[in-house]
Amino acid sequence: MTAHRRIVRTVALAAASTLALAGCTAGSTSDDEAKTGVVVGLTGEPANLDFTTTAGSAIPQVLMNNVYEGLVKIDQEGRIQPLLATDWQVSDDRTTYVFELADGVTFSNGDEFTADDVAFSIDRVKNDWTLSLKAQMDVVDRVEVVSDTEVRVVLGRPSNSWLFAMGTSVGAMFSEGGVDALATDPVGTGPFTVEEFVQGDRIELAARDDYWGEAPGIESATVRYFADAVAQTNALRAGDIDMAWNMQAPDLVSQFEAEDFQVIDGTSTGEILLSMNNRVAPFDDVRVRQAVAYALDRQAILDAAWGGYGTLIGAMVPPTDPYYEDLTGEYPYDPERAKALLAEAGAEGVSVTFDVPTRPYANAVSEIVVDQLAAVGIDATIRSAEFPAVWLDRVFTKHDFEMSVILATEARDFATVFNDPDYYIGYDNTRIAPIIAAADQGTEEEFVDGMKEAVRIVTEDAAAVPLFLFPNLVVADAGLTGIAGNAVTESMDLTGLSWAD
Amino acid sequence: MLRRILVSLGQFAITVLVATMIVFLLLRVMPGDPAVVALGINATPDALDAWRHEHGTDRPLWLQYLEWMGGLVTGDFGTSYVTSQELTPLIADRVQVTLILVGCAMLLALVIAVPIGTLAAVRHRDAAGAVLSGASQIGVAIPNFLVGVLLIAFFSVRLGWFPSGGWVAPAEDVGAFLQRLVLPVIALGSVQAAIITRYVRSAVLEIMREDFLRTGRAKGLTFGGALVRHGLRNAGVPVITIVGVQLAALLIGAVVIERVFAIPGLGSLLVDSVANRDLLAVQAVVVVLVLLVVLLNLIVDVVYALVDPRLRREAA
Repeated sequence: MTAHRRIVRTVALAAASTLALAGCTAGSTSDDEAKTGVVVGLTGEPANLDFTTTAGSAIPQVLMNNVYEGLVKIDQEGRIQPLLATDWQVSDDRTTYVFELADGVTFSNGDEFTADDVAFSIDRVKNDWTLSLKAQMDVVDRVEVVSDTEVRVVLGRPSNSWLFAMGTSVGAMFSEGGVDALATDPVGTGPFTVEEFVQGDRIELAARDDYWGEAPGIESATVRYFADAVAQTNALRAGDIDMAWNMQAPDLVSQFEAEDFQVIDGTSTGEILLSMNNRVAPFDDVRVRQAVAYALDRQAILDAAWGGYGTLIGAMVPPTDPYYEDLTGEYPYDPERAKALLAEAGAEGVSVTFDVPTRPYANAVSEIVVDQLAAVGIDATIRSAEFPAVWLDRVFTKHDFEMSVILATEARDFATVFNDPDYYIGYDNTRIAPIIAAADQGTEEEFVDGMKEAVRIVTEDAAAVPLFLFPNLVVADAGLTGIAGNAVTESMDLTGLSWAD
Repeated sequence: MLRRILVSLGQFAITVLVATMIVFLLLRVMPGDPAVVALGINATPDALDAWRHEHGTDRPLWLQYLEWMGGLVTGDFGTSYVTSQELTPLIADRVQVTLILVGCAMLLALVIAVPIGTLAAVRHRDAAGAVLSGASQIGVAIPNFLVGVLLIAFFSVRLGWFPSGGWVAPAEDVGAFLQRLVLPVIALGSVQAAIITRYVRSAVLEIMREDFLRTGRAKGLTFGGALVRHGLRNAGVPVITIVGVQLAALLIGAVVIERVFAIPGLGSLLVDSVANRDLLAVQAVVVVLVLLVVLLNLIVDVVYALVDPRLRREAA
């Protein structure tokens, strides 16, 4: 019997020491002294820090406005505001912009920011960027340095999109001496610098003490990356992060609302787009596409798939765009009308393949869409497409698809999607191309009117069905103030954050 | 003994070679062009071509394979398609993290499994034994990630005792390192403990019927004394085998657990690299995993021979 007791004792000891280990480490859990830093949780990590050659919004999300700045900045309502340029004049023919630059601006490597840097940065987009985003700078004919603090940009033709683009990542200002190691060591004029980038884990930003503008209310910001929204919210509840930005799990939000957290239902420029391949049957028939638009109860989709967060939109234009118009009434939910249109097109009982990318929003909406389509006699079969690799390959590049659903995140991307017959949707743009071209060159009023007209035509043709505007859900510690909750560009602006006393 | 090790080394080399070929080919037939994934939907065709040329993905497969193997032999895994980072130092970093995780988990598993398994065997006729083996049975059936998620829900979210994830290198801050280590190690180790407990139990049961134990007791040793002096060493042989096998399983389990706890180890790197079609990085991780698994088997073979003198004689 003594032997047994000894074994029991060993087991007990082992258990006790495990607990002790747990206990002693638990004791050192971090404190809650006056906070000077903020930890932000994100999903979707950037591969490196160079957004001039690496695609995706993950890099500018962290770097724009925080580390890099543009001549102008897009504010929370989508309007253009001065930043590095304190003021600008536009010539009467609207091809020449003269920018007055802020004084005493330095890059984080100590270089002074001057008009030469503006010329360098704009030329660099044209010469060294490898993304097609760089096309936004094609309209620039030349940049002339007038003085250290004055620069003249001459466009080849008037353009309404150009100045807006200058507030996004293509407009980021670089220093000639700071572009050697963009992927690891960004140099900008912003209030923060990148202290450390630990691949697979986090990016640490530290406030500069030589920042030219108003110093941010926090001394540091750590951006941590999570595999999914559940991990992100767990970290928030465990107090490991102070703010979960762009939450991808709306069903988890309501719990936070009940607790002591602030929940911000911000807008974004991301549209959940049900795309149909306009080149192939049955979607080469406008009546079939319209039938799909009538067949879908978008409010029900928004409620079921995304917990009601988000905004219904009638076209691929967010309300923060100047040419937004409420078109949500264009295709009211009307299954009978859908059936009639399908009958007219001779497409009753049609079967389609539905390529669904492996993304939370896509999985969430696809089942409901399939149900609603079945109700009008469209038999959609879901085929899962690994995102990004397989989706990009099959749907986007090879156009080998009938129907798909994707979150189109870029700001002002209406023309990108519909004004290009070679784009994956394959919309025949002959009706809108001249209108859009004229709009971009026209006055601001003409721009807005022209774009509205193009949007209405595309909506009439039901080139694609925008299901809803994706929300930018932010859940944060109640004490955190100055959160820029609207994602109107790719940037997550941290410059206004501070802790309430 | 020597021949045994040589044969193992030969098998080791062949396994690694075959594994590299399979990995290489599988990744090439997988749909998704790495250039498109790396440059994204905004890439111009010229940029795509330039990328393919720069990274050599436009060259014949056999040439790509040979180049890659050439690098491997000299310990150079190449450069990541996506991050442009040297893969060798990156992998070295990640291996460290994963090995710490796996090593601690196995240690925890053994600390739990050896005494409990022994106890379950010794008391196999009464209720305590039944409870212990029942518990281990349940433990075996629970997947690692579920334990991980439950641990986070309880100890990080509810009680706030531990961070829900992340990693701090021990050299940086030992306290923070340990704090982040506890939950993932328990998640990985507890399931292993359940599995190993069952092997320990059956191994001990086996030797309890052996003559030498009875002889030991006849010479005046207590039951426990005889078990410790003569039994456990014998029970060790099958347990070592299973520890080897389970270490390999732990490596795979770590891939999942790293994901759950946001730990930058080999597993996270693997998942991200597959999603990004960062083929060289995937190849590097898989080769390292294969190497580790095969190496483990080699070590187990050797240890096995050392522990059991009969095997040494047999091979000599």
